[in-house]
Amino acid sequence: MTRISVTVDGVRYDDDVEPRTLLVHHLREQLGKVGTVVGCDTSNCGACTVLMSDPDGRLVGVKSCSVLAVQADGREITTIEGLAGPGNTLHPVQRAFHERHALQCGFCTPGMIMAAVDLLSENPDPTDDEIREGLEGNLCRCTGYQNIVRAVRDAAAAAREAGTSAEPEPPTVEAVDAATPDGGLPSEGTPDEAVPQPVP
Amino acid sequence: MTVTEEREVGSPRRRKEDARLITGRTMWTENVVLPGMLHLAILRSPVAHARITHVDTSAARELSGVVDAFSGRDVADIQGGLPCAWPVTEDMVHPDHPPLAVDEVRHVGEPVAVVVARSRAAALDALAAVEVDYEALPVVLDLEAALADGADLVHADKGTNRSYTWVFDSGEAGTGEAVDAALDGAEVVIKRRYRQQRLIPAFMEPRSVVVDPTGDQYTIWSATQIPHILRFLVSAITGTPEHKVRVVAPDVGGGFGGKLQVTPEELIAFVAAKRLGKPVKYTESRSDSLVSAHHGRDMIQDIELAARRDGTITGLRVKLLANMGAYLGLVTPGVPILGAFMYNAIYKIPAYRFECTGVFTNTTFTDAYRGAGRPEATYAIERIMDELAVEVGLDPVEVRRRNWINADEFPYTTVAGLTYDSGDYEAATTRALELLGYDELRREQAQRRDSGDTVQLGIGVSTYTEMCGLAPSRVLGSLRYGAGGWETASIRMLPTGKVEVVTGTSPHGQGHETAWSQIVADQLGVAFDDVEVLHGDTRTSYKGLDTYGSRSLAVGGIALYNACQKVVDKAKPIAAHMLECDPADLEFTGGQFRVRGNPDNGKSLADCALAVFAAHDLPDGVEPTLDADAVYDPVNFSFPHGTHLCAAEVDTQTGRVAIRKYVAVDDIGRVINPLIVEGQVHGGVAQGVAQALFEDAVYDADGNLLSGTFVDYTLPSPADLVDIVTDRTESPAPDHPLGTKGVGEAGTIASTPAVVNAIVDALRPYGVNDIQMPCTPERVWRAAQGGGA
Ligand code: FES
Ligand code: FES
Repeated sequence: MTRISVTVDGVRYDDDVEPRTLLVHHLREQLGKVGTVVGCDTSNCGACTVLMSDPDGRLVGVKSCSVLAVQADGREITTIEGLAGPGNTLHPVQRAFHERHALQCGFCTPGMIMAAVDLLSENPDPTDDEIREGLEGNLCRCTGYQNIVRAVRDAAAAAREAGTSAEPEPPTVEAVDAATPDGGLPSEGTPDEAVPQPVP
Repeated sequence: MTVTEEREVGSPRRRKEDARLITGRTMWTENVVLPGMLHLAILRSPVAHARITHVDTSAARELSGVVDAFSGRDVADIQGGLPCAWPVTEDMVHPDHPPLAVDEVRHVGEPVAVVVARSRAAALDALAAVEVDYEALPVVLDLEAALADGADLVHADKGTNRSYTWVFDSGEAGTGEAVDAALDGAEVVIKRRYRQQRLIPAFMEPRSVVVDPTGDQYTIWSATQIPHILRFLVSAITGTPEHKVRVVAPDVGGGFGGKLQVTPEELIAFVAAKRLGKPVKYTESRSDSLVSAHHGRDMIQDIELAARRDGTITGLRVKLLANMGAYLGLVTPGVPILGAFMYNAIYKIPAYRFECTGVFTNTTFTDAYRGAGRPEATYAIERIMDELAVEVGLDPVEVRRRNWINADEFPYTTVAGLTYDSGDYEAATTRALELLGYDELRREQAQRRDSGDTVQLGIGVSTYTEMCGLAPSRVLGSLRYGAGGWETASIRMLPTGKVEVVTGTSPHGQGHETAWSQIVADQLGVAFDDVEVLHGDTRTSYKGLDTYGSRSLAVGGIALYNACQKVVDKAKPIAAHMLECDPADLEFTGGQFRVRGNPDNGKSLADCALAVFAAHDLPDGVEPTLDADAVYDPVNFSFPHGTHLCAAEVDTQTGRVAIRKYVAVDDIGRVINPLIVEGQVHGGVAQGVAQALFEDAVYDADGNLLSGTFVDYTLPSPADLVDIVTDRTESPAPDHPLGTKGVGEAGTIASTPAVVNAIVDALRPYGVNDIQMPCTPERVWRAAQGGGA
């Protein structure tokens, strides 16, 4: 057993872990961060993607099934559960996924959103091809990716318009607490989004 | 008659499901943790066919943290056998299918022994201490060889590898002429053999099951599409009284037919939990999933099409060999039979014969995968229609037009005996041609051909229909299917006017919570946000037939609509009582009962809900509730259709295929939520394109699955796919009060032939008339070199 200290979604956790424990299992089984999921055993699907601070303190996307828990010692990690801002204001990427119907079953979604956040922090104004290339390590079986590409494009535009980066704020405990059934999506009127209408 | 304003239905509501899915608050089965819960690991067969000569789990049981370890022999008397609910013929060969192999293993990945331990890691570690000796038996893989005299057998005691032969003949059935005569005298006969490669559904959430035996009921959480069917069958298989079994399908991460199964793993977990009196969890790894969760497709299709020189079809003969794998799953034998009704597709065909033989091999058993029988049928007919076009010198669109059912001919009874409800193939095709820029692309194609461009352009046409809304119970009965096809919905009016809807469908990505809320909002005049849709737990939703076959809205939607009408009918006398008027004078609009001619005087449904809650002043004899249940058994299938066109650039020097433009025009009747519909089409097309270009479950000569990880079973990534253009035409379903059909499988059914037709079309000048799927660069390159594929 090795003692590690990891800060996840704004909370510091000190735990003894087996050297072979994968970060994703540490997150899910020891810390209860079950928003992050496992979709494969060959590092292909990206469902487990989280943001982890590099030695310079910059948050970068990692596949948490390919990182040992001991390698996360002393690092900060943001998972899908810590992405929303104070008062559960959705991150631009979360909002765009909702707006653009970029998820169906939602199993790939935590990883896909975190990978998209990572992509936009590297490239705030990606082309569609750059989005597709940038998310190549994330598989989705439901959506055919088209709406995911739209969502990432929209999130980039929204972040640029607001003059902010899509890089997440360090999460606060309050933000995480707001994730309850009544802390969900802002209620909306009937949207009149342009989608193909039937020809008469 | 209730008058409603349609405010919600038809609008692209953003999904309510998203709130939890985008914030990581989802309840996957793997998230379930219970006090005292143990973890189960499964040792799987490394060989395709062998006698188990020796199993010893005692060393594993000695290890620290291991609570139990057992093999098939230890539980042979109590584990029961896996069910097949669709014995398609009376004499179908249906071998025993024990959850844990007892004496013999028949495919790689078959469960052999289990370890139950305190932690997942301890259970997995202890598998290495289980001793098993195998004595190799001959491996059966080739479908035709398996049927030859003296072939090695997958099930020696059955004396044959043939499970069944199922025949439909229009001459015998009286739905058309005899096919032999049609073929013999034909001006043109085209004969082709197509192969449907084996695919893996590959839902993103691995299967997971938790069985808790500690309460008054056995509670089974499972990543399943079919909680109700699972409850019924677990009870039937294990002899546990049905009321002692509760099944919960919490959030489920995709299915595509792959979770339409009662699995060995679910029963093994049940046996373990029962043995130990403790909650037990099993979650599969992706590699376990790919080798053991059922596969799909895998058929050899021999097709003969007879026609006149003018392109009019005169007969169609289909002969299939369908790979069952080593066992029969829940609906394995029936999957190709669903296709039997779809080979004639949208065409008027006077004579038709379909014959399918199910064959056992030493491979993972096959079963439903998105479309189940219908994509295979559509592929074969749409591929051969292109061959007919070439043979008679017509444009592929024109040859279809000459044969399809015209809009004024509906309802139309086909040569396969189904009555198509509605449609307009001309309208959908015209729209698709326009969106693609068909004529212009044909011109560009001609130029490239003339100039000998190394990158050729091909245009693939696919006009399809499908039968969805599984299904009228009587039809299912006549096809020897083990269950009915009805669906249920319940509405609970809460005293505050909020609404709980309980549905018997079991969504796993389809957005029922949103779409059902839209329907209820309109029918009851309540706010979209005031509706909560409950599903997937037999404690709240005790009755239902779950989600598959594009049936949820087509069947469950009608049950829901009917339940809403009952609520309104129940509320009406109560509103009338409060308004001191005759119920006959009331009309119901926008959630308000109003006296006709007196719009200011009204009572809302919420007022009525509160009135029945207090029950202080109800009319005599009125039951104090507005709650209503409805069960609906469909009168027919519904038949969506559409036209998909694919323009593909094919590099003759590298074999690379690039989809340049893909147009999908679908007619699925009226639409509840266009955003969800568009998503279903995107995802469906992606899976169909994946069959055409990428995916292939391959076994080596010893029966090892070579594509057993996501490294080798190549799901398309975002970089592998392109944006598609979608549009709709609308032929309302006459049998559905909301006019809707179904959309879950349309994209998968239509897209595979569109893509392959495009590639073949591009390479016609090179003498190519077929390419085996998946059309990998190597196969395409070889074809372009005249080397065949
Ligand atoms: S779980 Fe698939 S990449 Fe990590
Ligand atoms: S939404 Fe289901 S896998 Fe992506």
